[in-house]
Amino acid sequence: MATRPGPAIVKDMNPNQDNQVSHDDVVQTHELTKRYGDRLAADRVSLTVRRGEVYGFLGPNGAGKTTTLRMILGLVRPTSGSAVVLGQPAGRSEAIARVGALVEGPGFYPYLSGRDNLKVMARYRALPESAADQALERVDLAGRGDDRFKSYSLGMKQRLGVASALMGEPDLVVLDEPTNGLDPAGMVDMRKLIVDLARGGQTVLLSSHLLDEVQDICDRVGVINNGELLMESTVSELRGGASLAVRGQPVDRALAVAMGLAGDDGVHMDGDRMLVDLGPEQAPDLVRELVAGGVAVHEVTTVERTLEEVFFEMTRTEKSNELEATR
Amino acid sequence: MSTATTGTPTTMTSPARRTSPLAGSLASTRAELLRLRKWPAVWVTIGAWLALTVMFGFLFNYVSYKTGDTSFSNEGVTARSLLDDILPANVPHVLIQGMPMFGGALMLVLGALVAGNGYGWGTWKTVFTQGPARPAVVTGSFAALTVFVVTTVVATLALCFGLSLLVAGVESQAVVWPSFSDTAESLGAGFLVMEMWALLGFLLGTVARGPALSVGLGLVWALVVENLLRGVGQLLGPVEAFTKILPGTAGGSLVGSIVGTGGADPTPGVLDTLSGGTAVIVLAVHLVLAPLLAGWLVTRRDVA
Repeated sequence: MATRPGPAIVKDMNPNQDNQVSHDDVVQTHELTKRYGDRLAADRVSLTVRRGEVYGFLGPNGAGKTTTLRMILGLVRPTSGSAVVLGQPAGRSEAIARVGALVEGPGFYPYLSGRDNLKVMARYRALPESAADQALERVDLAGRGDDRFKSYSLGMKQRLGVASALMGEPDLVVLDEPTNGLDPAGMVDMRKLIVDLARGGQTVLLSSHLLDEVQDICDRVGVINNGELLMESTVSELRGGASLAVRGQPVDRALAVAMGLAGDDGVHMDGDRMLVDLGPEQAPDLVRELVAGGVAVHEVTTVERTLEEVFFEMTRTEKSNELEATR
Repeated sequence: MSTATTGTPTTMTSPARRTSPLAGSLASTRAELLRLRKWPAVWVTIGAWLALTVMFGFLFNYVSYKTGDTSFSNEGVTARSLLDDILPANVPHVLIQGMPMFGGALMLVLGALVAGNGYGWGTWKTVFTQGPARPAVVTGSFAALTVFVVTTVVATLALCFGLSLLVAGVESQAVVWPSFSDTAESLGAGFLVMEMWALLGFLLGTVARGPALSVGLGLVWALVVENLLRGVGQLLGPVEAFTKILPGTAGGSLVGSIVGTGGADPTPGVLDTLSGGTAVIVLAVHLVLAPLLAGWLVTRRDVA
């Protein structure tokens, strides 16, 4: 079994160590674990989703995102651990009635139209059937609402799934890979919709393997890999502050000057660029020192890490930790 | 995708929703009724049963009566008797004589489709995230299925009366109505038999989590295996005891206690193995156990 990640990659994890659920916590899982035979699909996942935020649950395919979401929704019984959703144990009817979900692709009756499918779900939710029409409009499917579900494209099916999740204005909207099958315009619209939901006071728990897709819309993210939650924090914390990228000659002299300001570990080479762990406000100081040190400065830019880079860095660190643990 | 076509919530918390078991069951029943009503497979299955009733209950007898030919189902029967069988007075018997085997088999198919298809389509997953608890959802599904079984039995009765009146009119026969008690008895027995098979189909669809295996195994069981076991049971005591608790035995015996099995060539599936009272008890046990077991499975299992 994989070892727990070292402190270098675990920040702000399980902030409610005493396992008390805050009123602002819409979802809190405590060491949620699901084992299928020898495989741990989710390994002691402790995450917290706060009221009104867009929470991104990130990880590659097969990382354990959907299994965790299924446990949060009560579709799957955890092997151990627990989850509290809207103040109720996961899966309790009182909680589920206030949650809208699209998990692992849309599941609808193929012989019914999109509108009738939503009417069926509206009846399950004890909502008026007019909720189906509103939901169809919200995802731009009103024009195809009377077509059978089986005739829909993948993207249309996905949008119908999102429409179903939004019916009744649930407090928590759980969307598992909601942009699957959407074209670029559909993806942009979906991002807008999610941001709009959060603005309206709804909490969104969103899973994705497309890290760049969610970094602009999520307030906080949890990163999962091989069933383990590697990190949970705000996007900005996760990406770290901006740093400076410098191209200058001669390189050895530029390195020496930069290390003098940022420390030996604060400077890395990236091709012919030098990445310096200094904030943008320190750019004038760095340039002044470089010029004073006889370095010809060709370019200075601020750079921010993408979530993708952070993710690969984290998974690399996790692998090296595993290797060390097995030695 | 529109983000402003509908209002966003003004409060952070939705109003309390109906989540009591009864409210959840009612909501689930309404939802299931909608999707079953619009499902062509449901009407094809019911239509197949009605077509069988028309053919075996009326058409073949009437053609034999008119032509004087006999078929496998009415060999040795007089022409007058052939006509009497399809006049209104005999409707209580015609209504149920095909139910133990053919009607039951089709209701088994219906139950298996209702339960099994939702796993492949992922619709149970969607339904279980709507609010009603799983026991309420399953109860709603049973209730909706029951509505369709009742509809089928009542439609069969209406069809039988309609056709028998047509025959009486065409053949200039006096219309003699069956007694209300006989009609009610047949309706009740028919419902019990059809409902039992439908719920057993639902159980099979739940166990197999799909329609194909459950329909296949269910039909082989209902149409072949039970008959073989009853044959073997005539030679082996323990097997005979076992066959007495089988659903086909119970359904066939209940119908047999009403329509009789003394004809030259009794309708397939119509038996005299159990008395009418015992058959009702065995049927009732199946009617209780099948939904309980299916409900327990649905509630306990993970949903992929």
